[in-house]
Amino acid sequence: MNETIETTQTAQPWRPRIVAFFCNWCTYTAADLAGVSRMKYAPNTRIIRVMCSGRIDPQFVLEALSEGADGVLIGGCHPGDCHYAEGNYKALRRFHLLRRMLIGMGIDEKRFRLEWISASEGDKVKTVINDMVEQLQQLGPLDIPARRKAWDVELEEAKAQVPRYEEFEEAAHV
Amino acid sequence: MKGNGDIRIGFYICHCGTNIAGLIDVARIAEYAGTLPGVVVARDYKYMCSDPGQDLLREDIAAYHLMRIVVASCSPLLHEQTFRRAAEKGGINPYFVQMVNIREHGTWVHDDAEYMTGKAMDMVRAAVLRVYAHQPLERKQVPITPDVLIVGGGIAGIHAALTMADAGKHVYLVEREPTIGGHMAQFDKTFPTLDCAACILTPKMTAVKAHPNITLWTWSEVEKVDGFIGNFTVTVKRKARYVDEDLCVGCMECIEACIYKQGKFPDEFNMGLSKRKPIFIPFPQAVPPVPVIDPGQCLHLKKGTCKDTCVEICADRKAINFEQEPEYKEIEVGAIILATGFTPFDATRIPYYGYGKYPNVYTALELERLVNASGPTGGEVRLPDGRTPERVAIVHCVGSRDEHYNRWCSRVCCMYSMKLAHLVKEKTHAEIFNFYIDMRAPGKSMEEFYNRISSEGIHLVRGRVADVYPETLEKKTNGQIGRVIVQAEDTLIGRIRKIPVDMLILSTGLQPRIDAEEIRRMFNISCSAGGFFLERHPKLAPVNTFTDGIFLAGTCQGPKDIPDTVAQAGAAASEALALIDRGVFELEPNTAYIMEDDCSGCKSCIPLCPYTAIAFKEEKQKAEINEALCKGCGTCVASCPSGSIRQHLFEDEEIYREIRGLLAYA
Repeated sequence: MNETIETTQTAQPWRPRIVAFFCNWCTYTAADLAGVSRMKYAPNTRIIRVMCSGRIDPQFVLEALSEGADGVLIGGCHPGDCHYAEGNYKALRRFHLLRRMLIGMGIDEKRFRLEWISASEGDKVKTVINDMVEQLQQLGPLDIPARRKAWDVELEEAKAQVPRYEEFEEAAHV
Repeated sequence: MKGNGDIRIGFYICHCGTNIAGLIDVARIAEYAGTLPGVVVARDYKYMCSDPGQDLLREDIAAYHLMRIVVASCSPLLHEQTFRRAAEKGGINPYFVQMVNIREHGTWVHDDAEYMTGKAMDMVRAAVLRVYAHQPLERKQVPITPDVLIVGGGIAGIHAALTMADAGKHVYLVEREPTIGGHMAQFDKTFPTLDCAACILTPKMTAVKAHPNITLWTWSEVEKVDGFIGNFTVTVKRKARYVDEDLCVGCMECIEACIYKQGKFPDEFNMGLSKRKPIFIPFPQAVPPVPVIDPGQCLHLKKGTCKDTCVEICADRKAINFEQEPEYKEIEVGAIILATGFTPFDATRIPYYGYGKYPNVYTALELERLVNASGPTGGEVRLPDGRTPERVAIVHCVGSRDEHYNRWCSRVCCMYSMKLAHLVKEKTHAEIFNFYIDMRAPGKSMEEFYNRISSEGIHLVRGRVADVYPETLEKKTNGQIGRVIVQAEDTLIGRIRKIPVDMLILSTGLQPRIDAEEIRRMFNISCSAGGFFLERHPKLAPVNTFTDGIFLAGTCQGPKDIPDTVAQAGAAASEALALIDRGVFELEPNTAYIMEDDCSGCKSCIPLCPYTAIAFKEEKQKAEINEALCKGCGTCVASCPSGSIRQHLFEDEEIYREIRGLLAYA
C-alpha cells in the first residue's frame, strides 16, 4: 500500500496533541459516559482503545512520542478493579520503568501520565484531560519528528568523523 | 483505478441526525477519507445504524468489492456488533470492520467545529490504516451450563429464582441471613395499596422452599467466583447453623426450652427493639423454618457449660448439632443474578437529629417493626416509657439529597413516610407532622396515594429539619420521656417553626450495602458513582453488567420500590434465561496466540497471566496458550521480549498503524 497521506494540519497555532490509551472496560467507557453526559473538555486527545491497560506495550508510548505526540495518557481501571484481575498492576509497573527512562531521555515527566478512571467517572476524564492539556500547553511542543531530522544531521556528522565508516557498517550488516 | 488489486476499503461517516453533522463538516471528512490509500468509496449518511444505512454497506460491499469497512459514528461499545453483522451479511469477515468514535469522544464533548473536523480526520486516517491490517477471525463457541446462581434472597432474588425455576432451570439461591425475605419481610404495609407485606411475600417465600428446581442455601455466603460467562465456578460457604436443616422439623421447642428463659440479646429482625435468645428464628414465617444458634451467645458453644435443654427437648430428632462446621460447596453455573439489596442510611451519622441520643427518635425501619402486629409491641405504637405518642414528626430525606451524605433521592422515602403517617395516625390518633423538601410521588397510583393520605389530616411542613433538641433538660419528668423540639424553616410561609413532639421518625434513605465494594470485586463488576452496582446501559441494558453472564436485580443497582424491584428481577431472570436457552455463547476472538518459531522459551509470560492460560511445553521448550482459558487482556503480548505473542484484533501492527495514523503529518 502506498502510505503517502495528505496532511490535515493547517497553519493553525500549535496545540498539544495527546495520544491516550484507554482500557475498554473502565476508562474508555468513562470517556463514552463523558460524551453521553455532554461534558465539554479540551479536544486535544486522540484515544486508542485496548482491552486492558496491561496490553500497552511501552513501545506504543515511544512510538506515539516519536511520531509527534506531545504527551501520552494511559487510562486504566482502579487498582483492584481490573476486568482482567491484575492487568492494571502490570501497566503500573511498566509505567514507572518507562517514566524513568523518558525522564532520562530529557522528556518532561508531565508528558507521560497514568490515571485510574472507572467506568462511572466521566467527570474525571474531563478533569484529567483538561489538566494535562494545560500542562502541555505550558511545556510547549515536544516535536520529536522535527528533532529526529536534527538527530539525523548529528548522526551524519558523527559518521563523517569515523574513518572508513562504510566498511564498518557493511561488516555490521553481514 | 485506485486500490485495484489491493485492499479495497469502504468509508462511511454517520450524521447521527445533528449529533455529529451538527458540529463537524461530514461531507469534507468523507471527501478527505476518499483520498486515503485503499479507500474506494467514501460516503456520508444520515443514520448508519438504521436499516437503510446497513443496506448501504451491504450493497457497496457487492458493488465495489469492498474488503474492509470503516464506520465513523458512535462508540464501538454501542454499535460495533451492528456493523460487524452488516459486514457479515454483505459477505465479508465481520472483523474487517473498524469504528471511529467521533460522537462520544468527539462532537458530544467538544465545541470547536473546525478543530474537531480536523481531529475527526486524524481519527479516520488511523482507522483506515488500522483496518488495512485486519485479519479474518472466527468467534469461538462455548457451551453454557444451564444452572443459575442468585445472590440475595430478598424480594428481588425470590422473584428471579421463582421465574427461572418455573422455566425449568435449576437455581441456587444464596442468602446471607438465616431466612429469605430481605427488607420486605420487615415492612408492615406497602404503599400505595397498603396491602400487608407479609401477606404478599410469605407465599412466595414458601414457594421458593417448595420448588423442586431451587436449591435454597440460607445462612450462606459466596466466597469465591471463578470462570466466565456460561462457565462460572462458585464457592459458597454454608455457615454453621448448629441446627441440622434436614433433621429439624421446625417445631421451635428448642427455642422455648433454651436455658435463657427470656430473650437477652438484641433482635436483629426487630431492629434491636426486642430481645431474643441465643437460639432463635428471625420471625415466625421464616423460610426455612429452622432456628439458628449464635455461637457468640450460646452457653454451650461459648463456655461449654450448659444443661443443653435444647438438645434434650429435640430428643431423637437430633437436629441440634454443636459440632457442625462451615461447609464449602462448589457449584458450576452459567449465569449469576446479583440481588444483594441495600442498607438503610445510618441515622447516627447526622448527630443533630439526635438518633441514638434521645430515646424517642426512631428510624423508619424501626417504626415498621413497631406498627407490625408481629413486631416487638404486637403492633402498638408506644414510646419506650409505655405511653402512646400524641404528637409525631416524620423527617423526610434523612441522608438523601444531601451534599454531606448521599446526593441521590432514595425514591421510596416520600411514599413510605406518607404510609407511616397514615399507619401511626390510624393506630394512635396522634397529630402528625411530615417535614419534606419536595414531595416526590412518581409512578402508578403514587400521586393518588399522596392525595389520599394528605387529606387524612396530617400536617405537611415544607422544610428541611435543621435541629432537634429536648424540650426540658430533665431526661424524664414523672417517669415520662421528655418531648423533643423539631426546628425547621417552613419555606412556604417563610417562618422558622419549632414543633414539640413525643416521637420523631427519621425516614432514612437507601444506600449500597456496606460490603458492596467487596461483592463487586468478587464478581468483577463495576459500581456507579454512589456505590450501587453499575448497569451496562442506564436505559437499554439496565439489568446487564459489563461482565457477561452477570445480571442485576433490585436495589443493589439503585434505590427502587417493590414494584420496580420485582419488574427488574423478572427482567434479569429473562435475560439470564435468554442466555442459557441459547446453549452456547460466542466469545470475542481477541485471544492471544504464540508465534512458535519466535518463542525463545524464556517463560516470562507465564507468571503474568491471571488465568493461568499459558503453559510451558517442555518437549518443545516453548510457551503455549490455552485459547479456552485466555480472556484476551493482552498483558502477555505487551511483555513478550521477543514479540512472539500476538493478540487477535489488537495486533501490534494494528496499534502502530493507529498511532501513526492519528499523528501523521504529510
